[in-house]
Amino acid sequence: MGTSIVEAIIDGILTGGVYALMAAGLTLIFGVMDIINIAQGIFVVLGAYLSYALSVHAGIDPFLGLLITIPALFVIGLGVEWGFIRRLREGDRTAMSILVTYAVSIIIEGVLNMTFSVNYVQIHAWYVNRSVHILGFYLADIYLFGFAMAAVLLVALYALLYRTRFGASVRAALQDRTAARLVGIDVRRVSTVSFGIGVAVTAAGGMIFGATNAFNASSSYDLISRLLAIVILGGLGSMGGALLSAVFMLVLEDVVAVVWSPIWATAVFFAALVVVLSVRPAGFFGRQVARAQ
Amino acid sequence: MPPVAAARPRLVVAGAWAAFAVLLGLFPVVFTNPTVTTIGVFTLVYMTAAVAWNSFAGYSGYVALGHAVFFGTGAYTMALVSTHWNFAAGYTMFALVPAGGVVAALMAIPFGLIALRTRRHTFVVITIAVFFVVQLLAFNLGFTQGSSGVQVPTPTWGATQYNNSFYYVTLGVLAFALAISAAIRRSRFGLQLLAIRDDEDRARGLGVKVQRVKLLSFMVSAVPVGMVGAIYAFFIGQIFPQFAFDPLFDVTVALMAFFGGLGTLSGPLLGALVLEPIQQYLTLQYSVGSVYLVIYGALFLLVILVMPRGIVPTLAERVAARRERTQAARLVGEDPGVPPVVDVGSPVGASR
Amino acid sequence: MSALLEVRGISKSFGGLQALQDCSLTVEDGSITALIGPNGSGKTTLFNIITGYVTPDSGTVTVAGADVTGARPDQIFARGLGRTFQLTRIFGRLTVLENMLVATQRKEGWLRSVLRPAASELEQRRAYELLDFVGLTRLASARAGTLSYGQRKLLELAYVLVADPAVILLDEPAGGVNPTLINQIRDRITELNGQGKTFLVIEHNMEFVMSLSHQVTCMHQGTPIITGPPEVVQSDHRVLDAYLGGADEEEEDDVAVG
Repeated sequence: MGTSIVEAIIDGILTGGVYALMAAGLTLIFGVMDIINIAQGIFVVLGAYLSYALSVHAGIDPFLGLLITIPALFVIGLGVEWGFIRRLREGDRTAMSILVTYAVSIIIEGVLNMTFSVNYVQIHAWYVNRSVHILGFYLADIYLFGFAMAAVLLVALYALLYRTRFGASVRAALQDRTAARLVGIDVRRVSTVSFGIGVAVTAAGGMIFGATNAFNASSSYDLISRLLAIVILGGLGSMGGALLSAVFMLVLEDVVAVVWSPIWATAVFFAALVVVLSVRPAGFFGRQVARAQ
Repeated sequence: MPPVAAARPRLVVAGAWAAFAVLLGLFPVVFTNPTVTTIGVFTLVYMTAAVAWNSFAGYSGYVALGHAVFFGTGAYTMALVSTHWNFAAGYTMFALVPAGGVVAALMAIPFGLIALRTRRHTFVVITIAVFFVVQLLAFNLGFTQGSSGVQVPTPTWGATQYNNSFYYVTLGVLAFALAISAAIRRSRFGLQLLAIRDDEDRARGLGVKVQRVKLLSFMVSAVPVGMVGAIYAFFIGQIFPQFAFDPLFDVTVALMAFFGGLGTLSGPLLGALVLEPIQQYLTLQYSVGSVYLVIYGALFLLVILVMPRGIVPTLAERVAARRERTQAARLVGEDPGVPPVVDVGSPVGASR
Repeated sequence: MSALLEVRGISKSFGGLQALQDCSLTVEDGSITALIGPNGSGKTTLFNIITGYVTPDSGTVTVAGADVTGARPDQIFARGLGRTFQLTRIFGRLTVLENMLVATQRKEGWLRSVLRPAASELEQRRAYELLDFVGLTRLASARAGTLSYGQRKLLELAYVLVADPAVILLDEPAGGVNPTLINQIRDRITELNGQGKTFLVIEHNMEFVMSLSHQVTCMHQGTPIITGPPEVVQSDHRVLDAYLGGADEEEEDDVAVG
């Protein structure tokens, strides 16, 4: 029991890293644009399918394939932002963004169903079913690789946001769109690019997801609800919060699955969100909004 | 608006409602094909749900994506009560429809107490989270019989009457939901909801008991949704957690309300009336592929881009703008000290 | 005259920022009291505490002798204490008349509130009277979001009056308003005061403050530094120092900022 709990914690941390990456994209989009991207779930699945297709039909290793799938999803993200999101009116963009991105989501779902059928598939590579034995624990290679990749990309994202001029504009827009506009930042362009980046990270997350789970297009519903729970728990717009809550939630879920039952693990996942929010309505790291002004 | 000018449109509106009621009433008489009347029943179910959802979300501005909880609660109330007490599968089953509404309203109390503490995005997501918790409970609790679902007694009446009975009962529930929504809109309670939508903190400062108003509205909106959930269970004959608690239900209902016009009385009605038959038709037509998902999504995107505020407000604006133009000249000349009224149309909440 | 609104020893800090420090203030029944002081001196925070939007760390607020510390905004409003906001807060998508009706207080159960129409004849007439009072009658059916800034200020004043509060807190009623409307607002306040209403007004426009108020309190770094008749406060060097950010020998040293 003790060993399996430790193993569950380690697994939770490793998969949590991958979820953190996907959630970071979602929270970036939210923070900069004040919109919720419901399509984030289907983008993850799309990323998984792209990696799957590349490996099955072209024999390209999934990790190598990211060089193609990440730019591809980046471009798709730009397109969605340019085509639909930026056309929403300022007043009700939050509510409308949910519906627009949902519409985008079901269109992609339909296309994926037609292209790949609804049968479950999984990405295969030599390291997918291998595991290493470290300090008495069996760790799946794919988890380790996935975690490493997520860590690298998160560091890259951090560097982009905190070490570049573009990142400074993004952070300004994160703080206050109007103020950013007043100091001469092209908020529209920053928004488009942020949306692209936020979507692009799903390519990497999706590849790991597709290699660790059998999936089809409807897996997106499960994904988006988890990702939303993670970013809300971390505090919308907070990158660090998304990271921590992703790890926290996945560890919690894995541990519950071991000590109680896998059936209730997902319920605990959402129940944790409900409990935390009833104590701290803005999440772990969200700005606690003052009641007046 | 001067009373004389308003009198004629009001008469027209009343006439339109009456004509609409007659058309809905005659529908099963004209169309007897069971496939068509089945679509009719589903359309009424969604019309009711959209109207009820809007009476909370449209008026208060809280976009809730968890009303499937109430739909499923109604469905399970019907299924579990009727099987547990061995109901005779006849018209008495419909007595459980109001029960479905009441249990749904009771569910809305803890749900609302948790969710309504939060606002905006967080509220949206917490409604989704609560929804998933409830769905999981339906899958895993003993008395819901898990994923094997519950069988509901099959009605005894004949095939031709089969759909019609459901059709008229649902129509009755729809009338009930519309009456509630209309009553709220013209009541003080409705005004408070609209004030919450515009500026919740300000409303508090003017003496509005916002938590109480929101929770009550949330509960009231759950009632018709629970009722059509109960009808749905009886109509389908068996329920499963994934269909009774369907995440698509939440978004579909919200979509219909937005499509027709959020916060208006007729908008959600119209949205469901247009979208549900299309969805049903596409599902039947392309049952194998997922063409209908693509068409449905594309259609919706198109409407959002063309009419971002929904059908009813957009049309109402056009009509109001024309009327404005005739009055504009008079208004401008009247008093130079006050700028002319730049009314973009009737207020969102006031269009009928 | 007796104290209608009394603030005793209020302190409040946000994170590391001490917004209010042992702040006390008395508003006499029937007076117009002005609250002046540089930006960030805690005036609006004090308003938020009095009206229940913010809970103080310590201290008490009493209205007509009753302790209302920590009550919710709607409860405070029901006790006869209305306020306006620095940046006007109106219901933009409701009509001007509907804005007025939101503030109408009624004792009724939830069922009646759902079933009865939004406003009775009497309530509508009262709303129109007040709109007339502030000169907005003609705009009654216009959407409030289409009003000019000054008109919003007037609407805000009008709908606070609907509930007939005993004390009215105005947060910069003259801020960003053109001179004609400023005079109109001043006249309305004077008229209401003549009818027995008590006012507590935050304002930067000194001419406005001096011509209107009976009593002026100047705040600096979360504490009232001087209270007195307008002429006295105006000529006090500490007020000038506070506004110019000069060192103040009576300032407490432990006021943390930042």
